[in-house]
Amino acid sequence: MTASSAPIPGQKFSSAPPPWREHAEEALIPPLVALLVALICGDLLILSYGQSPAAVYRLLLEGTWGNAYGFGQVLYKATTLAFTGLAVSFGLRAGLFNIGGESQLAAGGFAAALTGLVLPAATPLALALPLCMLAAGLAGGVVGSVPAYLKTRFGAHEVIVTIMLNFIVLALLNWFIAGHLHVPETLHTPEIHAGVLPRLSDINPTFHGSAANLALVVAILVAVVVWFYLFRARGGYDLRAVGLQPDAAEYGGISVRRVWLRALTLSGVIAGMGGINYVLGYKHYYEDGFASGAGFLGIAVALVGRNHPFGVLLAAFFFATLSQGGLAIHAFVPKQMMDVLQGVVIIAVAMAVPEVTRILRSARRRSDA
Amino acid sequence: MREREEGSGKREAGRAEAEDLGLSSASQFPLPASRFPLPAIRMVGIDKSFGAIQANRGASLEVLPGEIHALVGENGAGKSTLMRVLGGLMKPDAGKVEVNGRDVTGWSTNDAIAAGIGIVHQHFMLVPTLTVAENLVLGCEPKTRGIVLDYDQAAQDVRQLSSETGLVIEPERLISDLSVGEAQRVEILKVLFRGARILVLDEPTAVLSPPEVRELWTVLRRLREKGDTIVLITHRLDEVVDLSDTITVMRAGQTVARIKTSETTPAEIARLMVGREVSLSAGKRVQPLGRPIPAEPGRGLTVQNLSIVGSRGIRVVDDVSFNVKPGEILGIAGVEGNGQTELIEAIAGLRPVAKGQILIDGVEITRRSVANRHDAGLSHIPEDRHRRGLIMEYTVGDNLILGLQKHFSKNGIIDGGRVMEHAIEEISTFDIRPPNPLLAARTLSGGNQQKVVVAREMGRTFSVLLASQPTRGVDVGAIEFIHQELLAARAEGKAILLVSAELNEVLALSDRIAVMYRGKLAVVMPTADATEEKLGEYMIGTKKGNAA
Repeated sequence: MTASSAPIPGQKFSSAPPPWREHAEEALIPPLVALLVALICGDLLILSYGQSPAAVYRLLLEGTWGNAYGFGQVLYKATTLAFTGLAVSFGLRAGLFNIGGESQLAAGGFAAALTGLVLPAATPLALALPLCMLAAGLAGGVVGSVPAYLKTRFGAHEVIVTIMLNFIVLALLNWFIAGHLHVPETLHTPEIHAGVLPRLSDINPTFHGSAANLALVVAILVAVVVWFYLFRARGGYDLRAVGLQPDAAEYGGISVRRVWLRALTLSGVIAGMGGINYVLGYKHYYEDGFASGAGFLGIAVALVGRNHPFGVLLAAFFFATLSQGGLAIHAFVPKQMMDVLQGVVIIAVAMAVPEVTRILRSARRRSDA
Repeated sequence: MREREEGSGKREAGRAEAEDLGLSSASQFPLPASRFPLPAIRMVGIDKSFGAIQANRGASLEVLPGEIHALVGENGAGKSTLMRVLGGLMKPDAGKVEVNGRDVTGWSTNDAIAAGIGIVHQHFMLVPTLTVAENLVLGCEPKTRGIVLDYDQAAQDVRQLSSETGLVIEPERLISDLSVGEAQRVEILKVLFRGARILVLDEPTAVLSPPEVRELWTVLRRLREKGDTIVLITHRLDEVVDLSDTITVMRAGQTVARIKTSETTPAEIARLMVGREVSLSAGKRVQPLGRPIPAEPGRGLTVQNLSIVGSRGIRVVDDVSFNVKPGEILGIAGVEGNGQTELIEAIAGLRPVAKGQILIDGVEITRRSVANRHDAGLSHIPEDRHRRGLIMEYTVGDNLILGLQKHFSKNGIIDGGRVMEHAIEEISTFDIRPPNPLLAARTLSGGNQQKVVVAREMGRTFSVLLASQPTRGVDVGAIEFIHQELLAARAEGKAILLVSAELNEVLALSDRIAVMYRGKLAVVMPTADATEEKLGEYMIGTKKGNAA
């Protein structure tokens, strides 16, 4: 291969940088610019509140990455966001907007809790965990397959269906819990018997008190699997082709409908598996409304992570930091400021990424010419 | 000082025009400028480029008041760009635009509308949930006491304009209830309503049925009688000859001729449109294969009584039958938009078939999936590489396996090493530049992008090849190369169906030539009997076919 890839005599090689560098530039520079823009906006916000940005940011960092508890909380929050972010990005790679992360996550958590309740207490974790995860993924997948089926069969738009399904599924779950499965005086199920995930503090006591648990490892593994599927497997080749150019995919013998069906269902599976973080790792029961917001924030995580599995992990970590940091700086500025900042980040990414990419490309063309 | 500048500007413009004249013989240019000092539209030396693509290169246009002027040229010849410059939607990079003798270069759309220029776009820009009258007055609504829309007044205005122009339409009807022909009438009314006296119609008949076309012609003639000026963009020559007073022909961004309709023939217009610049194979004819492939019955591509219904319920392909034998190239000539695209897409499995059968080597594939057809031995160079042929964000290497994914993967995992080897091999065989399999297809030039498509489709195992506009937008060297490849495949005994808007290409490569006109094969003849003139008559429908 090295021999045949040697330059063919007489051919002019462009002086352009190697493609991987182009790739890396386009992947990293735009979100960093967006982050910078968001930081500046954050400064202005803090200043407008009469506080020193430096002091607030220092406090934010101390409260999140600066101590083991805070860091553990960041990791815990990042785990759920990683699942929902991966779910959204997986759909987007196929050109589909899955807004149903909210209900898929809840359904997954509910199924995991049910499985944990049904299994006898003596079930070893090595068996209980896969079963609970399977149940979570299945439940998310079932919720995800509804818009997938409606889209491929009737052409119903997945955005509408997933949004509507959020209401339906969450109401159903609420009815189940409130009517049948709750512990009196609460809105949650009894504690599960099997499938409890070890917390990080069980392994490293410095994380004491934080909710971070081994679901984090599962999230990272899922990201690796998603990456492998998207960029190494034939299914991923087809999926991305459909997302980029459905007409070309169809021409290439790829069944666009089948890819849509698969992508939305798998997106639901990933979101559903996110339910294990809260249910198996933290509270050990399903509680009504545990997923609130995490499903929607997954959209922002996917956007900021630029639909790349590893980018999504980073973005999840970043958003978790903001969310946890909001608690840390509460004494200086209201924690809602962090919500505002999250919004600013999302807008900055949405605006800056295409713009910076365009500038990068035109600069490259100029240097080529 | 100022005057002097203007003067020199005029001289420059004059030179540019003279250069344009140089492109064609003088007899085609009865320049009326001297006899009529005030043309309605005068565009000179217009340059407009988008990135590396030059849409207009010194294009010119001169339209006299009160005439119907046809602006013809192939797709991508720069007609629409020129009209966008006229309408103020784009500013030219260079050149001068005059309307009724006034220099209006680089004006805005509002200026253009105020000056009475009305452009009727190919795609309707109407609000479907509003009525005809509401659409017409949109943006300039008559109001009672300045607030409330005076609906009756609007409806009355519309009725009056309707009866003046013959564009009959009920003002109360909803746009969504109208047929396409009626919606177009509303579009024309809309620009007239705003006081347009110079009408530009962009491909107005593309979506119309023949009776609707006749109605439109009546209306346009009546507008001409009223003294309005009309520019008709089209690439259907029969329409041009039917209706226009004068013709401007564009090719590759340049104006190649301005002709009086009464002094020309459709064949001449076709020749000017298609042009001779890229005719490096003009006059060449393929020799029959020395050793004919034994004609086993049923081998190759067979199409029987194929009908395809288009988006508007019209038969875009109507009962077409033909076969392509192994070792044969069947060329399909025809003005674009006569069903060639639909025919190819149907054979490739990208468009449903209403009636009829398609067979590859005797195997019926009429309702099979695209992937299934690949397996049956079909290969397809699509006419639009940007939309279908390539995934622009994918690398060259990944694009070279589009449609072949399953042959390059094992247990669902793509073998990256083999993809790379395959890419390097095809890149060197087809001289794709730059020779880097990791570049995104988007970064390649048009010619090299097309080479990627050709490399992939000719590199696979196939027995039938659909080659649709295989050399469109490709430089001269690559054209020659792709032609060689097609002939080599023919020599290997492949059955090739070639569709091309380049008459010379069809003549140079085909064993037999079919002409497609209005969804039917007007004629099928051996290339030896074919001449441009002969084919041209079938292409524009002046001669009706012998073929079923």
